[in-house]
Amino acid sequence: MSEPVLVGNQLLELREQFENPEQQRETASIGMWVFLITEVMMFGGLFTAFTVYRLSNPAAFNEGSKEMTIVLGAINTALLILSSFTMALAVYSSSIGKTKLLAIFLIITMIIGLCFLGIKFTEYYLHYQDHKVPGFWFEYHGPSARQVQMFFVFYFILTGLHVIHMTIGIGILLVMLYRTLLGSFSATYHTAVDLAGIYWSFVDIIWIFLYAIFYIPGLHLK
Amino acid sequence: MQLQDQVHIGGSADMTIETIAEPVRKNYLNDKQGILSWLLTTDHKRIGLLYTFSITVLFFIGGFFALMMRLELLSPRNWLVSTETYNKLFTMHGIIMVWFFLIPSIPNTIGNFVIPLMIGAKDLAFPKLNLASWYVFMLGAGVTIYALFRGGVDTGWTFYTPFSTGYSTTYVIAAAMGIFISGFSTIMTSVNFIATIHRMRAPGLTWFRLPIFIWSMYANSVVLVLNTPVLAITLVMVAVERVFQVGIFDPALGGDPVLFQHMFWFYSHPAVYTMVLPGMAVISEIVPVFSRKPIFGYTAVAFSSVGIAVIGFLVWGHHMFVAGESVYSAMAFSLLSYFVAVPSAIKVFNWTATMYKGSVSWDTPMLYAIGFIGLFTIGGMTGLFLAALGLDVHVHDTYFVIAHFHYIMVGGTVMAFLGAFHYWWPKISGKLYPEGLGKLGAMIVFLGFNLTFFPQFVLGYLGMPRRYAAYPEEFQMLHIISTAGATILGVGYILPLCYLIWSWKYGKPAGPNPWRATGLEWQTSSPPPTHNFKKTPVVNVRAYDYEAMKEQLGLREREFENV
Ligand SMILES: [Cu+2]
Repeated sequence: MSEPVLVGNQLLELREQFENPEQQRETASIGMWVFLITEVMMFGGLFTAFTVYRLSNPAAFNEGSKEMTIVLGAINTALLILSSFTMALAVYSSSIGKTKLLAIFLIITMIIGLCFLGIKFTEYYLHYQDHKVPGFWFEYHGPSARQVQMFFVFYFILTGLHVIHMTIGIGILLVMLYRTLLGSFSATYHTAVDLAGIYWSFVDIIWIFLYAIFYIPGLHLK
Repeated sequence: MQLQDQVHIGGSADMTIETIAEPVRKNYLNDKQGILSWLLTTDHKRIGLLYTFSITVLFFIGGFFALMMRLELLSPRNWLVSTETYNKLFTMHGIIMVWFFLIPSIPNTIGNFVIPLMIGAKDLAFPKLNLASWYVFMLGAGVTIYALFRGGVDTGWTFYTPFSTGYSTTYVIAAAMGIFISGFSTIMTSVNFIATIHRMRAPGLTWFRLPIFIWSMYANSVVLVLNTPVLAITLVMVAVERVFQVGIFDPALGGDPVLFQHMFWFYSHPAVYTMVLPGMAVISEIVPVFSRKPIFGYTAVAFSSVGIAVIGFLVWGHHMFVAGESVYSAMAFSLLSYFVAVPSAIKVFNWTATMYKGSVSWDTPMLYAIGFIGLFTIGGMTGLFLAALGLDVHVHDTYFVIAHFHYIMVGGTVMAFLGAFHYWWPKISGKLYPEGLGKLGAMIVFLGFNLTFFPQFVLGYLGMPRRYAAYPEEFQMLHIISTAGATILGVGYILPLCYLIWSWKYGKPAGPNPWRATGLEWQTSSPPPTHNFKKTPVVNVRAYDYEAMKEQLGLREREFENV
């Protein structure tokens, strides 16, 4: 399938459809960016629907937001920003060919990602205890109970989709770690790590928006 | 023998000198044998054929539902199927034709096959992703067929809420799942095309030397990348509301059904253009070849595809003129819907201008292309009727709308699909199809099509609503004509299927360039070798350069004389 090509002093896998390693790298990168555009559109659809309903029920959506545990959300936000930083360090280490450092930063990033998921599921459990799971067990006393439930519907769809993306991200990092340990990456070839980094940062950025729309609006009601 | 490595420009069946010297040439079809070599292939040409196979089967399934509907409509009263079954028939017809035929039809078959050839690449940018997209497509189709066998869906292909989320008792989620899955395959292919067109072009092949086909497919892929995810997430919301009975779109649960329509048509209006842009791509290739002239107004045609892609995203509200949209947004959407007709008109005028004073030959692909131009124009013009606010209120949800979009989708896209298969068939199979039967088929399709759908304009204008199994008696005559036309159309579709398959085995060898066309895909042998070209071609001419070709051909003929 792929033939090794000498680039600098490093043997590199060049897939058969490409003429040279540079073309291979640029093509992979454009593929990733276009894929991220599809992700933006997918989350964008949900954000749009959320915004439409928020504009028609601002008070109820703030009441819903009041039910969030702001501390946990804030910790998670901090964790993800930190993980973006460690991921960036991983990408940097790979670009200067320090594969040991690369492996370490990948592991740190994954651990932070897992902590995020742990806290997220703790929050889900708290919602469950509060009877705030629409469709299964939802109780809310007040005139705008239905709109508050809608807030939670979007909360679960959006954060759920984000959790899926985080899980996929951790899976990708695991593959990167495996390939690092195999010795696939070097200063001359590290495209896959770059792309994993772009994906990871994208998922982080999505969370920042989620934090802003779900956690912060109800803050003043507490 | 020394001719073999040269670029073939004037090859035809009796001029293939190299076939005499070397009877069995290695090509993508005989390179590897066995069913596994097909199921695990990463060759874009083979994947194109896998898609062709699946899409043809699905087309005939969708066509079968259409036939059942037409038979039912022979009589003003229910006589063949119950009204419930009729609802399922038009729903399944729509779902299968839209998502499992029209959207993937030209891009995933012909596009897959010719894009790398046209730009002088060895393959698409991501061959494994390409194969994966076929499997994902098959999975999506499988889930939809499962919904079908469990009893089908009756919501209409539009899945309007709250009927789809609350009241329908049919297999809505399974069908939506099937569409959701097939969306991933669409995205995979589009990402692949975009990356390929950006980065895999042969040396010297600048953007403005590209064939128009590539421009249109690029615009098409961009639209699909932007709109498919929105449909996916909308269907997810429908499924969530239906399963958990929590309010998103159902007004009884606090949701807004019009929001669903906005999101659905934000996807589905651009989707209409993703069904017809590939058709336009094909016509832009066929018309210059059979007029022996470069395409008129290359830049205008190229940018009109981009224009369609952009404006196509701003007109979705014209589906909702009677759905409680504000007057002001209705006016804006109406105006923009007029604007979107401009780039399409630019294309039509430029195709006709290309034919003007050209030496036009009436081969089968050209017949399909001319059919496309005529029918697409009628479909497009009646689209303007529907963009007019007052008239739309009158003909909304009638057969007028049905006729309008079938003139675009069937008269346009399916004609282009057939034209494309005839045009590139010699490249795909290495064989010539029987030209006489080809012309006959094109004529039957054209006749059958008009007989089926023209009466529906009249029906709609007279007030026959869509999606009804029974109707007042005064409409019967027009319905009978339409059904008669549909049977002729059916024959017109089966005929090419038969002789194309026949010619695969028994057709005359085509030679590398039977149409004497420009374009890189005609410079390699037919069928092409697995990696398309023996040497990466270098391009230093513009597209459709038939003047230069004439000169070169003169030279080549003299060379042949010397041989
Ligand atoms: Cu539309």
